[in-house]
Amino acid sequence: MSAGASPPKPPRPSSWTVRVREAGVAALPPEKLLPDGQPTYVASWIYVFGVASIASLVVIVASGSILALKGPAWWHYTGVGHFFNSIHMWAVELFFFVMVVHLWGKYWMAAWRGGRARVWMTGAVTFLVAVPTALTGYVSQQNFDAQWISTQAKDGLNSVGVGAFFNVTNFGQMYSYHVLLLPLAVVGLVAAHVLLVRNHGVVPPFELDKRAAFAPAKPSTDPPAATPAGGHL
Amino acid sequence: MSRLGALLRPQDDTQPWKGRYAPYDLVKEASIAVGVIALLAILLSILFSSPDDRPSTIAQWSRQLPVNFVTAAATELDGTSGTAGYGPPYNHNSKGVHAAFLYPQKWLGVSHPINTANDFVIDPLKTVPNDPALQSALAQYQAAPPATQKAWGEAYAKPLEEYAAAQEEEKPLPKTVALDPTTGAVTVQASDTGPVATMMAGLLSLAKSGGLDGSLLTSSQFFQTDYTKPLLFMADGGLLEERADAQHLLGEQWGMMNETGSYPGQAWLWLYSLWYQVEPFKESENADILVLLLMSVLSLAFICVPFIPGVRSLPRKIPIYRLIWREHYSSGASDTTGR
Amino acid sequence: MNSAGAAVIGAVFNLNHPAHTVDWHFIHMSVANVVVIALMLVVFVLALLLPFPGAAGRRGGKS
Repeated sequence: MSAGASPPKPPRPSSWTVRVREAGVAALPPEKLLPDGQPTYVASWIYVFGVASIASLVVIVASGSILALKGPAWWHYTGVGHFFNSIHMWAVELFFFVMVVHLWGKYWMAAWRGGRARVWMTGAVTFLVAVPTALTGYVSQQNFDAQWISTQAKDGLNSVGVGAFFNVTNFGQMYSYHVLLLPLAVVGLVAAHVLLVRNHGVVPPFELDKRAAFAPAKPSTDPPAATPAGGHL
Repeated sequence: MSRLGALLRPQDDTQPWKGRYAPYDLVKEASIAVGVIALLAILLSILFSSPDDRPSTIAQWSRQLPVNFVTAAATELDGTSGTAGYGPPYNHNSKGVHAAFLYPQKWLGVSHPINTANDFVIDPLKTVPNDPALQSALAQYQAAPPATQKAWGEAYAKPLEEYAAAQEEEKPLPKTVALDPTTGAVTVQASDTGPVATMMAGLLSLAKSGGLDGSLLTSSQFFQTDYTKPLLFMADGGLLEERADAQHLLGEQWGMMNETGSYPGQAWLWLYSLWYQVEPFKESENADILVLLLMSVLSLAFICVPFIPGVRSLPRKIPIYRLIWREHYSSGASDTTGR
Repeated sequence: MNSAGAAVIGAVFNLNHPAHTVDWHFIHMSVANVVVIALMLVVFVLALLLPFPGAAGRRGGKS
């Protein structure tokens, strides 16, 4: 065998199934998809707000599913129904609470670094899609609050032409968006967001001595510090 | 690469972590999180429950505020109500709001056509049985030329509008509008109103009986989930606004963020609500489109934070990160090699 | 007129009365929303400051 010759590459599989599977496993091998360890810098309570957001979403979907099972009028005339509506409402308040704290933490960590821009962007879009998801819920309540919010929100939406195809005073349409279309969008976005985090890993800390590298040089009588080989800039 | 591209390209030298890992049970953490959040939501539900103020109906509106109802109905008939002059998506009677040369409300067209005179007044009145005087008044109205219809409508609406203005300014109420305390009938003293007075009295009776709620909802088909017509009619009147004012839900009360009662509302709408309270949006007729365009730009900027110079480098300059990663920094593992 | 209907069933604290507001210059926010926002800030600061368990495991952790 001549030196420098690389082994022949296996032919690209023609099966779409095999290609999808191999791409998936390459991007997210099992130990990356569900690791049992995290870098040692993951050591702050701020890190629990992402999973708390997911947990809130689980409680929202679970309580919302009970409300959907019994239909939109149920919670108005039974105590149990009203209780599940309360759980759903408070879970939504908790969801936005923990999601925004998560967002604040991720901003101050500049968590988009190291090729993680899409993680930030999917997270931002999730927040922006969660807002109309909540709005469609509010206008689907079939009570005074829904009457007021829908007759007010229509003006904002009509002003930009969205009201022509998204009618907040149309209960049937709003209920469909709220129970199916927008939750699917939110769950899909959260899944993409989490898979991207698993793929890239949790963003490492800022390098502290990078700032020393930009400080003006001063004469020193100390012995020169050893620079780590092949390390950071 | 262009200079703009170079400016926007994420600039960081973050290296992949090659340091130590510690055991971390993600599935257990997620399970605990779901349990904690579920318990919190249940606890909050037990402590505070949730609001459910009953909806208003047109029947209630017509009984509680009969003069306000007749005033709104008169403006629907003569085409001067908020809905009548709204423009798209309900009708072509206005170009709608705009921002400079942008008229998206007009461009997206009339997708939910509403003719307020026919849909809110004439068609519901046609369903009233056993009232020959009313049907005769309707026939007289529909047979008249548009200019005559308009003149009748305006003559009837004028005293009602003066009455409403006096109420709002807390001045003495004109005597041209009277409410009979026993029969609940509204009488308007005006000349040359043609059949309009009979039509309005008929509509008030229909509303009080609950028939108008049903008529507006099921006008096109039996099964209906679209409440646009009854809601727009009610929103042209004063009952919803009166209830909203009492619950701090009006725009100038930052109402978009609020909930009925003392419950927390949509606090995440704080920035959207804020713009409506400041100039140039506060007094602008086009506030809705201007605020939404501004929020769209800010939302896009929010998504693109990693690419915005200045915004993306602020976390490095304000070292909150030192608190987050203090254990990492103090352990001496301050570079990616983990040494 | 403002019938709340069958709104409150078994709640310990009845929140079905018009909200009190916090008024400052042009800002008028309901007390409930102000409490939520204030709690978010408090929780954020606590999350940054409170020690996170498992430090011993991370010092002797596997690489």
